[in-house]
Amino acid sequence: MTTLAPGKALRVAFGEAITELAATNDKIVVLDGDTGSSTRTDIFEKAYPDRFFQMGITEMNMLGMASGMASVGLIPIVSTFSCFIVSRAHDSIRVLIAQPKANVKMMGGYAGLLAGMTGKTHLMFDDVSIMRAMANMTVVAPADEVETRKALAAVIEYDGPVYFRLTRPNTPILFDAGYEFELGKVVTVKEGSDVTVFSTGTQTIRAYEALDELAADGIDVHLVHVPTIKPLDVGAIVAAAEKTGLVVTTEEHTIVGGLGGAIAEALAENSPRPMKRHGLQDVFGESGPNDELLDKYGISTEHVAATVKEFVRAKG
Amino acid sequence: MTQAAKTYTPEDMAEFARQARVRILEAVKHAGGGHVGGPYSAADMLAALYFGVMNIRPEDPDWPDRDRFVLSKGHSAIALYTMLALRGYFPVEELLTFDGINSRLQGHPDMTATPGVDMSSGSLGLGFAAALGIALGARAEGRDFTTYVMLGDGECNEGVVWEGAHVAARYGLDNIIAIVDHNKLQQFGWTGASVEERITPYTENQLADRWRAFGWHVIEVDGHDIPAFLDAMEEAGGVEGKPVAVIAHTIKGKGVSYMEGNYTWHSKVPTDEEFAVAMAELGETAGGAA
Repeated sequence: MTTLAPGKALRVAFGEAITELAATNDKIVVLDGDTGSSTRTDIFEKAYPDRFFQMGITEMNMLGMASGMASVGLIPIVSTFSCFIVSRAHDSIRVLIAQPKANVKMMGGYAGLLAGMTGKTHLMFDDVSIMRAMANMTVVAPADEVETRKALAAVIEYDGPVYFRLTRPNTPILFDAGYEFELGKVVTVKEGSDVTVFSTGTQTIRAYEALDELAADGIDVHLVHVPTIKPLDVGAIVAAAEKTGLVVTTEEHTIVGGLGGAIAEALAENSPRPMKRHGLQDVFGESGPNDELLDKYGISTEHVAATVKEFVRAKG
Repeated sequence: MTQAAKTYTPEDMAEFARQARVRILEAVKHAGGGHVGGPYSAADMLAALYFGVMNIRPEDPDWPDRDRFVLSKGHSAIALYTMLALRGYFPVEELLTFDGINSRLQGHPDMTATPGVDMSSGSLGLGFAAALGIALGARAEGRDFTTYVMLGDGECNEGVVWEGAHVAARYGLDNIIAIVDHNKLQQFGWTGASVEERITPYTENQLADRWRAFGWHVIEVDGHDIPAFLDAMEEAGGVEGKPVAVIAHTIKGKGVSYMEGNYTWHSKVPTDEEFAVAMAELGETAGGAA
């Protein structure tokens, strides 16, 4: 297995990055839903206490207030757990942020399967599907700390609503310091000729780590990371699919309507190819240690490798 | 006080409210749908706000230092549009496009569509949250305008209202004035002694007590008494360190006898005969205000 250097959790990179960005952008304010010590907006509060607003446990209100703050020219960065932003405050986002294109940046912390010992309420892995379905919304899921920093800078620069997926555990570093993030563009992580694998968020780390095992089995993977799930880089995705003729998507997210859904839609209309969606299987989560969750729910590095192998053998 | 306050008398405002009620019913009849009861309970207060209270520039609707108004009871949109038209934000004739395809006057307020609409609303409770954000943002940006937000009493059923009420009090937001149009009825509402009867969502003092309990300064006023309402706004503007809730006691459907206190006029299109009676009671000839 290819081993990457250890890195920080995306949430830590987020807390540090917004603090850095605020040094040169006095419109940035942070709204915290009483989770700052977990989602790491505490880093920002220490540096900019006057630009940090504790909203308490009032998610619908918090997202609504963010819209009002954006309407007077501020750039509100709203942070709490993904489940409370996407599910609980959905109506506020739809009515006050998405439709009016309010310049609000929604930081969905603890997204995915690995949200500590929390279980079904907190494990949010239909967030991308839900937010992707909302008109005017941009959806971003970075892979590592480097991309988190670069993507946040781009997202602050962009004028409009953004849902930004953040995860809890420490995450290996995939990208080097010179990496350039472009909103709405995919990143070819590795060129290959046998099968195209599309991945997003921190699942790209697992897809990358599966490459060696697949190579040992004679499978040359073309790995494409999709950090912006909406708007989708359709042209590049079609080209990457056509390059090998076989497509696997993998994500730490339900296969219903997430990255796999988005790519299936794009390919079905433009260039249909045999395709396998790998990810969470239309289920709710449960409490447990990360390694055991990844294993039980079938999205570990080993599962990525096995899924790609089986698909290539069946279709190749 | 503002330039507008010097220009218009309470009698002028009452006349604009009367004209608004005429235009509202014309627009709803023309559209073949829309709300009437709530717009009528709010009309006098809206006339006072737009012609006597708020510091605004209709010729420059996006002026950054303008006072803001958020109609959180967004289903009364036609009342807001009518007042904006009478105040000069867009032609009065445009009111007849209300609820029509491609109209700037959507069924619920859309800040991206209508000049003078400071915030979208329509899902109850959310306009209030946005208004609080405007007020907190104004403070963060060092701007000293006032944000006015109007809620319905039924809207106060929504939990998000009380989330926001709590946060506003925590921040001591004294640059926001919430006006609760306490017209005692909702769309369908709470069953009274029989299924034919609908009763108030909040009994006497209950609404005022709740806002007070959440740390707001509460003023109660007759929402149809324009001089009294202007006094309430002046008092509200002078409160420091606390957000202010003005509980405005009103009558749903105010101004037309058969609509007053009748919940079925929450949203209803008048027949030709009903329309004629309403126009007569509002002091218009049978043809309306054309």
